[in-house]
Amino acid sequence: MKIYVWRCLSLAIGLVAFGAVVVYAAEVEKYFDRHGTLIVQEKVEKYKRRADEGTTYPVPPPPFSEDIFPCSDCHADMEPNPQRRELVDMHEDIVLNHAEGQRWCLDCHNLDDRDTLRLISGEVIPFTESYRLCGQCHGDKLRDWKVGVHGKRTGFWNGEKQYLLCAHCHNPHSPSFKPLQPMPAPVRPENLDRQGSQAAPTHN
Amino acid sequence: MKNIWNFYKGTIAVTVRGSAAYYCWVAFLLALMVIGVITYIVQLNDGLIITNMRDQVSWGFYISNFTFLVGVAAAAVLLVIPAYVYHWKPIKEIALLGELLAISAIIMCLLFVTADLGRPDRFWHLIPFVGILNFPQSLLAWDVMVLNLYLTLNLVIAVYYLYNLYYKRVPNKNFMTPLLLLSIPAAISIHTVTAFLYNGLAARPFWNASILAPRFLASAFCSGPAFMILIFFLVRKYTRFKITDEAIQKIAELIAYAMFINLFLLGAEIFKEYYSDTVHLAPMQYLLQGLHGHNALVPWIWTAMIFNVTAFMIFLIPDTRRNNTALVFGCVLIFVGVYIEKGMGLVIPGFVPDVLHEIYEYVPSGMEMMIAIGIWATGLFVFTMLLRVAIPIMNGDFHVAEDGVGFQISDNLFFLRKSDREKDINGSDENATATSEGSDSA
Amino acid sequence: MCNESSHDKHAFRKSRRKVLKGLAAGIGALALPATNASASVWEAFFQKNFRELNKTELNQVLARLEGEYSKEYGKQVTVKATLPIEGVKYGYGLDLSRCIGCRRCVYGCVEENNQSREPEIQWIRVMQLDKEKGVDLSHAEHYYNPPEVPQEGKFYMPVQCQQCENPPCTKVCPVQATWKENDGIVVVDYNWCIGCRYCMAACPYSARHFNWAKGKLPKEEMNPDTHYLGNRPRPVGVVEKCTFCIQRTREQPGRYPACAEVCPVGARKFGNMLDPKSEIRYLIENKRVFIFKEDLNTQPKFFYFYAT
Repeated sequence: MKIYVWRCLSLAIGLVAFGAVVVYAAEVEKYFDRHGTLIVQEKVEKYKRRADEGTTYPVPPPPFSEDIFPCSDCHADMEPNPQRRELVDMHEDIVLNHAEGQRWCLDCHNLDDRDTLRLISGEVIPFTESYRLCGQCHGDKLRDWKVGVHGKRTGFWNGEKQYLLCAHCHNPHSPSFKPLQPMPAPVRPENLDRQGSQAAPTHN
Repeated sequence: MKNIWNFYKGTIAVTVRGSAAYYCWVAFLLALMVIGVITYIVQLNDGLIITNMRDQVSWGFYISNFTFLVGVAAAAVLLVIPAYVYHWKPIKEIALLGELLAISAIIMCLLFVTADLGRPDRFWHLIPFVGILNFPQSLLAWDVMVLNLYLTLNLVIAVYYLYNLYYKRVPNKNFMTPLLLLSIPAAISIHTVTAFLYNGLAARPFWNASILAPRFLASAFCSGPAFMILIFFLVRKYTRFKITDEAIQKIAELIAYAMFINLFLLGAEIFKEYYSDTVHLAPMQYLLQGLHGHNALVPWIWTAMIFNVTAFMIFLIPDTRRNNTALVFGCVLIFVGVYIEKGMGLVIPGFVPDVLHEIYEYVPSGMEMMIAIGIWATGLFVFTMLLRVAIPIMNGDFHVAEDGVGFQISDNLFFLRKSDREKDINGSDENATATSEGSDSA
Repeated sequence: MCNESSHDKHAFRKSRRKVLKGLAAGIGALALPATNASASVWEAFFQKNFRELNKTELNQVLARLEGEYSKEYGKQVTVKATLPIEGVKYGYGLDLSRCIGCRRCVYGCVEENNQSREPEIQWIRVMQLDKEKGVDLSHAEHYYNPPEVPQEGKFYMPVQCQQCENPPCTKVCPVQATWKENDGIVVVDYNWCIGCRYCMAACPYSARHFNWAKGKLPKEEMNPDTHYLGNRPRPVGVVEKCTFCIQRTREQPGRYPACAEVCPVGARKFGNMLDPKSEIRYLIENKRVFIFKEDLNTQPKFFYFYAT
């Protein structure tokens, strides 16, 4: 009698354990592709739950330099080096002009997974949520950005709006705006009637 | 009705007769009118781009002339007041000429406003009940009303008076007097409303001064009567119409008072702006001393100032006032002085610097001036025609013929030099040649 | 707008107009050659004020204009007369701490709103001002043209129609050709304006512009999505102005005005002032805001602010 009870119990435990393993494996499978590389998009789902009380902001794809993303294409096979240093072989075109005395690459980029960013809290976020990273220091800007007062929202004033990431306008490594060439000055009233005869009205 | 038609035929007959000088003068005016019309057609075709007005200075020479002429028109009342309110006889006889001037000036005003419109084809939008006249909200709507009322009033008074004289009837006082009395507030109102038209614009500090309406009236009471005195001298010299020195002297005296008030109010305004020295000083600076090197108006306004002050002295000092040459000189000075001050001197600084402090130095274009000259010629033409009819009627040289149907004209020349006039009078003693009669069958 | 009660009020006016119409048509028949176009010329001539048109008349007018414009610009042009949206009052914010004076808004506006390219009309004017002197217009530079902006020590202040709640321009119009709509936009009926330019004298912001000549607008650059009170091509001799891109913003959903959309620094904000959650409300409530020439009591719905 006793032995049957134990057998049944072990079978049930075994079944549950097996199920758990299967489910876990399936879950894990979601985050990695065939080569075992982490899939960013899938992971994002998980993090979204935590971002801003469930609010996310519709943004266009982050403005990566051409062919640079996913970073793991190169970094997956490299040994992460947490040593603070000047980069020489790669990325030497990036000049940090953004509180450069106080930080370096891995303060924002995730050491363990270059396809993501890392907040000071240790939380890992995708590039599409980079505004949270910027907002760590620029909290007032983030607040204004969320309501559409900092930066630019496009779309419909009374309908769907599209946000731009901070990085769409500011180069994160050198965020201050670069000067622009202004569009031509208006025609002076004195010249309005001979506007056509002036090929290129130059006024100062 | 038949009488009116006969009267009308008579007036046409009288206006086509005159001396060589009269014909030359009329031909000259007609030529200028033709030039004006042709230029206006160009403007209709190309748009107001042919003027030098731009967004920065959106009103210019046309509206300046309009403003000045409203003053001239209003001034007719200065003659009506002593004549009919105080029954001062010497002026009573010539008050009608003032009304005729008012009619001509108002016609010029209306033409200048029309010339300034971007869409004259839509004038009917201004007609109450047909279009939408934004009354009482818009001061321009008020101006349309009072200008037309004043024009109608003066036309009715003048035509009624002349019509009765023509038919050798005594004009009905009970009809005339209320209209004449009404013309006094009407005259004041056209000028007040025109002043308010500028005055009410808080965007333009140069105009947004409560002293503007009184200043308008004071300067109108200078320029209009000054023009009248000049006309009186001409009429006295070149026609058979008699105008006493007494009447002219009285008007000259009134001009002196008005000019004093005008200069005083101007001084008050200059003091206020310069002493308080706010950003609102800029237009005044532009006018009087130039701003950031822009000084197109400066020589003009100082010319006007010197003219006005000189004229004031001439009119103030009895010896010069009683000297007819000095008086004529003074009148010319006042007319030109007020024309500058109340025309361009008033309108342009309202726009320079503009509301965003941009400085566009406006000077009327050639085409703009030609249209303006055409309108002045039209006004003078109308005035000449009115005088051509009115003066012989008042002299008794033009009236209904014995048969009560045709007309009789005893003044075929109208416009003559004094020496010729004596000959003319001698000639008419010998009778008949200068007298002609029209008949119903014509 | 074209409500029935106001229509009844003008029944008398209508009958008078018929008399005038007959009279003028008689005279005009002598003066004008009877071409195919003459019918539409007369229709345009006798067209009523926009606010007096009933639905049928309005549709006729819109169809006539669409036909004219489509022919002139060689593409299908639509002329809408979209009504204001209930419960909406538009407001605009401009961040002076961001604006760099690049004038992208000026030209974005010109392209969206079919302004005349020659003679040039621009609804937005950007002034270069000295930081040292602040908003002191006597030092404003309107024609600045350096190789790069922003210039050291300068800031930039774009000015366009401030869509006043108490507009000095509409009350002076002698023929009610311009008025404030229920959503707060000040509009002009280009077919009713007589071109007296009194409104231009009354505007403290230089926001109104006159068609000194028939405007030239290249066919390929013509924006065919138009509104009767907004960006349809304007005739010569009438006044025009910014309408907060009425042809965009009155739609549901409505796009942002072109100037706001094109601004490269996001200095331009737009929204419904009656919506507490709109960006315009947020900035009015949370930022340092000023309205231009406040002392004139024009009560602009255009708010200059400093986000930082």
